[in-house]
Amino acid sequence: MSRLYVARNPRVAARSLDGEMMIMSGRDSTLFTLNKTATILWQSADGTTPLDEIVEHRICQEFEVEPAEALHDAETLARELASHEIIQISEEPIPQPNPAAGESR
Amino acid sequence: MPVRVNTTDPAFLDILQDRYSGFLGSAERAEIEFDVDVTVPVYPVPDIGVRVTQRLGRWSLQAGDFLAEWEPASRTGRIRQTANPYSIDAVLRIVHTLVLAQQGGFLAHSASAIRNGKAFLFAGVSGAGKTTISRLAPPDVTLLTDEISYVRKQDSGYIAYGTPFTGELAKLGENVSAPLAALYLLAQGSENRIDPIPPGEAARSLLANLLFFAEDEELVQSMFHSAFEFVSRVPVSRLTFVPDSRVWELIG
Repeated sequence: MSRLYVARNPRVAARSLDGEMMIMSGRDSTLFTLNKTATILWQSADGTTPLDEIVEHRICQEFEVEPAEALHDAETLARELASHEIIQISEEPIPQPNPAAGESR
Repeated sequence: MPVRVNTTDPAFLDILQDRYSGFLGSAERAEIEFDVDVTVPVYPVPDIGVRVTQRLGRWSLQAGDFLAEWEPASRTGRIRQTANPYSIDAVLRIVHTLVLAQQGGFLAHSASAIRNGKAFLFAGVSGAGKTTISRLAPPDVTLLTDEISYVRKQDSGYIAYGTPFTGELAKLGENVSAPLAALYLLAQGSENRIDPIPPGEAARSLLANLLFFAEDEELVQSMFHSAFEFVSRVPVSRLTFVPDSRVWELIG
């Protein structure tokens, strides 16, 4: 089975405030508030760490959840975030011009 | 921000002088200059929404009732519209959102007023009570606007300015300013009370009330970060009120 790679879209604006991650699309100014799982996914989406490793090392560490179920849910979430152009997904590593691009300042 | 408007149409000039009375000053101080070409009305006015785009340092502002260009580098622009004051009003609002977004400021859907030397913003969507709280203001309160607030960043704080942009009250704000002391998110209820709100909700609510039209990723990011900067420096609370003047006992 192929692995999925996820990368933050550098064209969105992101801020974390009191544990809440908020993201605004640079394209149409839509504002998103990420839940805890989506926040972990966003923060870990460096383009080079495969999604299954993010799930194993970050999400399963945080939540009591079966790895297979967590991976399935994470893939669904990643595709949803990608549909809003918050992150990019690919079956190949995604080169990032700047690892901190789009992150809160 | 002083704006100079050039027109060769004396009737339109009269309309502008009437529309912006109280906000007129010396043309020599202008920071922005517009030439206005007044055109003959075409009916019906096409309903194409508002589009604000930038290309090669030049902004294009387009709606059914106006077509405008604005070049920040030269601080000049041109407006093509009929002799309708609401059209130039819309252009000026949009241009101010562009300029302010690069300076950490903004226009917001909110009433604002000065009391005891401090400015207060009252934000909310249509029907939240902006006009009501403006109408209830006691005599010692100076109204800046009942509809569109003008906020500039200055040093570590913010300044709220009066605007000629009116809502239902149809009363121009005063052309004065004061340091901003608080932002209240309006809600009508059965008692007058002020409640703190979490920072995340404050940022979300402020963003929802900002005027912003530009289809421009860089400017969207500036506006987004400006909102967070604002809520980190200015207290934001929910103001629940019954529609009578006692609510002002809580303000100032």
